[in-house]
Amino acid sequence: MEALALLQDVFDILLGFGLLWLAWLALFSLDLFRSIVSFISFGLLMAIIWVRLDAPDVALAEAAIGAGLTGALFLAAFAKLQPASVNGKGSSINPQKQSSRKQLLRWLPALIMLWIASGLTIAILALPPHATGLTSEVTSNLTASGVSNPVTAVLLNFRGYDTLLEIVVLLLALLAVWSIGSSVPSIESEPGPVLDTLSRLLVPILIMVSAYLLWVGAHAPGGAFQAGAVLGAAGVLLVLSGWKLYPGLEGFPLRLVLTAGSITFVVIAILTMLVSGTFMQFPPAQASILILILEMVATLSIGVTLAALFIGSPPTDIKKL
Amino acid sequence: MLTEYVSAVLLVAGAIFYLAGTIGLLRFPDVYTRLHALTKADNLGLGLIVIGLSLQASSFAAAGKLFLIWLLVLLAGASVSHLVARAALHKGVHLWKR
Repeated sequence: MEALALLQDVFDILLGFGLLWLAWLALFSLDLFRSIVSFISFGLLMAIIWVRLDAPDVALAEAAIGAGLTGALFLAAFAKLQPASVNGKGSSINPQKQSSRKQLLRWLPALIMLWIASGLTIAILALPPHATGLTSEVTSNLTASGVSNPVTAVLLNFRGYDTLLEIVVLLLALLAVWSIGSSVPSIESEPGPVLDTLSRLLVPILIMVSAYLLWVGAHAPGGAFQAGAVLGAAGVLLVLSGWKLYPGLEGFPLRLVLTAGSITFVVIAILTMLVSGTFMQFPPAQASILILILEMVATLSIGVTLAALFIGSPPTDIKKL
Repeated sequence: MLTEYVSAVLLVAGAIFYLAGTIGLLRFPDVYTRLHALTKADNLGLGLIVIGLSLQASSFAAAGKLFLIWLLVLLAGASVSHLVARAALHKGVHLWKR
């Protein structure tokens, strides 16, 4: 038994050092592609570490969003950077000005990072050494939350604010991408028979897994963000295999699905305020069904938003609206 | 007791296949042979580990989930290695010749 514990310690230490090493590679590789691949590996290792820390919910989110979809976003951005770096000679900024601007661009984030890092350090040093946290309070109120998975109870009920804001942040990110993204269609490529078959086989499975994660989130690790990420991955796979959104759905229907999560959240929050007097205070009897409705709509919105972020530009005829 | 020994043997065998695949990935000369080493060895290694873990699984459903994971990895691994090889071929990466 002693040897097994030692082996686990060795494994954890290796994981920790591996994580630091991959973080270093992701930040300081001269080759951008290497950085991206290191970042994806970093996310996978991070997910394993969350499992080791007994936080499977976070591990799922990290693997699906941190490693999977963020990695796909980085690779998509990398692909879009390629032609610009080849014929980027015609830039109007003169080299002198560009270098000073580059200097500023480097120092500004560094200062912000330093500021955040020192703030975090102070916060960590100020923490009481032996805090009980809110675990006992969550477990004692779990019956009133409508679900039996404490993580979902916190995310959708006790701290619903945070989840609402997260969904809005995701929407804002998409708005920013749509505002600066060119509507130049990406290079068309034949998906080939293998990718085509893969997408036909995998997309139904991904949708099913997404629904499973959504349903299981009430009593086990899972939930809207993980389910949404899997749905988003299905969307990314469809885009990569050359599937297109039906033109009639590109305008209002797409926007409705994108905003449905935030809208439903706010509507339910206001309704509960009218009934119980407090913003987003679910009545315990209806909490379960309210959380299910919220999670279903949020999953759909998160999934479509993530896929839209991957495409990176608004659907072509959006300007006609 | 016997199932635990069988499970342990299968898990170790799976780990050896993973090690072989990783050595192949690091040592083989070009992208195609590396893909070959990686997908073949890892698919088999994962299969052995899945069987080894299913023997210790608490329920039939858990073993079924493990098996489904293996099928998905087989499907994704085979397709992705094909796509990587195809992209390399289109990009003009030459086949390694002795």
